[in-house]
Amino acid sequence: MSERTLYDKIWDSHIVTRLDSGEYQLFIGLHLIHEVTTPQAFASLKEHGSKVAFPDRTVATADHITPTLSQLRPFKDDQAEAMMLALERNVDEFGVRFLNWDSGMQGIVHVIGPELGLSQPGMTIACGDSHTSTHGAMGSLGFGVGTTEVGFVLETQTIVLNRLKVHRVAVDGELGRGVFAKDVILRIIHDLGIKGGLGYAYEYAGEVIESMAMEDRMTVCNMSVEGGARIGYVNPDETTYAYLEGREFSPKGEDFDRAKEYWKSIASGPDAVYDRETVIDGRTIEPMVTWGINPGHSAGISEKLPSLGSFTGEDVKTAEQGYAHMALKPGDAIAGTKIDVAFLGSCTNSRISDLREGAKIIKGYKVNPKVKMLVVPGSQRVKARAEKEGLHEIFLEAGAEWREAGCSMCLGMNEDKLFGTERSISTSNRNFIGRQGSPRGRTHLGSPATVAASAIEGCLANPAEMAGE
Amino acid sequence: MSDEIRRISGRAIPMPGDDIDTDRITPARFLTALTFTGMEKALFCDEREHTPDHPIDNSDYKGAKFLFVGKNFGSGSSREHAPQAIKRYGIDAIVGISFAEIFAGNSQAIGMPLMTASPEDVQRLIALTQKKPKTEYTADLESLTVSWGGESVAVEMLEERRQSFLKGNWNVVAILRSNLPRVREVAEKLPYVNNFQA
Repeated sequence: MSERTLYDKIWDSHIVTRLDSGEYQLFIGLHLIHEVTTPQAFASLKEHGSKVAFPDRTVATADHITPTLSQLRPFKDDQAEAMMLALERNVDEFGVRFLNWDSGMQGIVHVIGPELGLSQPGMTIACGDSHTSTHGAMGSLGFGVGTTEVGFVLETQTIVLNRLKVHRVAVDGELGRGVFAKDVILRIIHDLGIKGGLGYAYEYAGEVIESMAMEDRMTVCNMSVEGGARIGYVNPDETTYAYLEGREFSPKGEDFDRAKEYWKSIASGPDAVYDRETVIDGRTIEPMVTWGINPGHSAGISEKLPSLGSFTGEDVKTAEQGYAHMALKPGDAIAGTKIDVAFLGSCTNSRISDLREGAKIIKGYKVNPKVKMLVVPGSQRVKARAEKEGLHEIFLEAGAEWREAGCSMCLGMNEDKLFGTERSISTSNRNFIGRQGSPRGRTHLGSPATVAASAIEGCLANPAEMAGE
Repeated sequence: MSDEIRRISGRAIPMPGDDIDTDRITPARFLTALTFTGMEKALFCDEREHTPDHPIDNSDYKGAKFLFVGKNFGSGSSREHAPQAIKRYGIDAIVGISFAEIFAGNSQAIGMPLMTASPEDVQRLIALTQKKPKTEYTADLESLTVSWGGESVAVEMLEERRQSFLKGNWNVVAILRSNLPRVREVAEKLPYVNNFQA
């Protein structure tokens, strides 16, 4: 069993008690809520006649259903409007801070948590969304939970968990041209498998991870859950402290200095013990794209698609199903596959650095006339920053659409969807069947650079061949 | 106590294949519902539309109490709508090779036991059910078996969760609430709750 890791230290300090069942009741330091997974939870609170136990440790925003074309109320979609009204009523009735449009701080919950300094090292963070693992980039433990559990957190600021094991995943060396954080996590999932993380927390380490900026670490941690790991984290370091300094909800002045001491103390020590360790050589990672129906179905952009013989057991059937759904076959080159839609956004890749990465590639080019490209910033802050830098003009001049903040085309819960058998290259996190709103839609996942390069070429393309021009 | 779950009996629906994600179980457009009432209608609805012989629509399995599934069932999105749809459809327990963790937590929270068995035994259950759809199974949480017609396979559950069903205390919210004083004590000791004052 792991010892003296960040996971162990945070876990130990947040245990409320061990329940009769043997499971642990764990205190949650920050509860982030959004419109989709809360209405039933607030309903149960009302049923129990309870209050929100720690309203000052609870923060709400809206992201999943929010339209990205016009956010004027009432929303065009009646159900989305009803869901927004329910959230507004609930935060009002229960006294929860709501970062709505008027606040200028609205955005995808996993973008605004770090951006506003809400998510901090040493915290346990819960949210009714599986990509809560993102906050692990801050050196916290971010747990995605379901709606009944959202109710537990509202009512008691705790959840019930069993202890995880810890797998240290080190990426050593350095990254090549055109290779980004998204490629790193797709490669990790490729190598460890989409079930490889079941029962584990992933601790990301090694030169590549340690030299990453915070937003890149968020991209990596975000997709931990796609590898089966409920949480993933990076130990806090000088990069983390520098990122946090001066943000709205970060500690200030002397508090910040004391906070830093605490944050340093919760990092995995040199004497930490892990349940499992893996090392990946960063120099062997190339731009990755998915070809199938789960995030483990991926290949380097220059590779030929794998033969069915390279899979075993049930994975053969899943691969077969993946090839059938995606209208591809083993031995095909993945580069050159024609696309209809390019999506740059989602909690994985909608931060300012992602938009810069895409803009750098696309500057001076046009989006292929057969391709519809959507660029959707992750938050109002990201949007404002990008516009200040003129990134929106680069995208607009190229022929892309520049939208308002939200989850957009990552999942079919708002107006941004694939239609029929449209094929997309997307910076989001899931290429599941139906994920982007059309049961027959086809999704390829890649980095913002790969999405931008592919949008220009009209087919899956290697950004390394265009990067930095 | 009414929340005790010791034995479950009935037919099963076989859902072979690994990595069946929650987007497939309940497509995202159903997430705009403000309650879980009627969520059973969402169950696998998109793939049922495109799959003429989908197991959910096979009348031989009608009234089933079990789902038999492969590895990593319920992966992806944390949406509780997925186990809610399964439970509201009438399923009382799922037997599989492995489950995604958030899905497992959600199923526990709503009182639907998940059991795992060896790949061989799960394949056997799936094959048998496909061949003889009307087979009646009994899952026994005390003996950790799934049995039918004089035969049985061993299943496993997280011991903590098994106990919570046997004792009828899987619905933990009242217990969590009763620990609120202790919750406040733990919070008080956390540096970030106290502006990092020593």
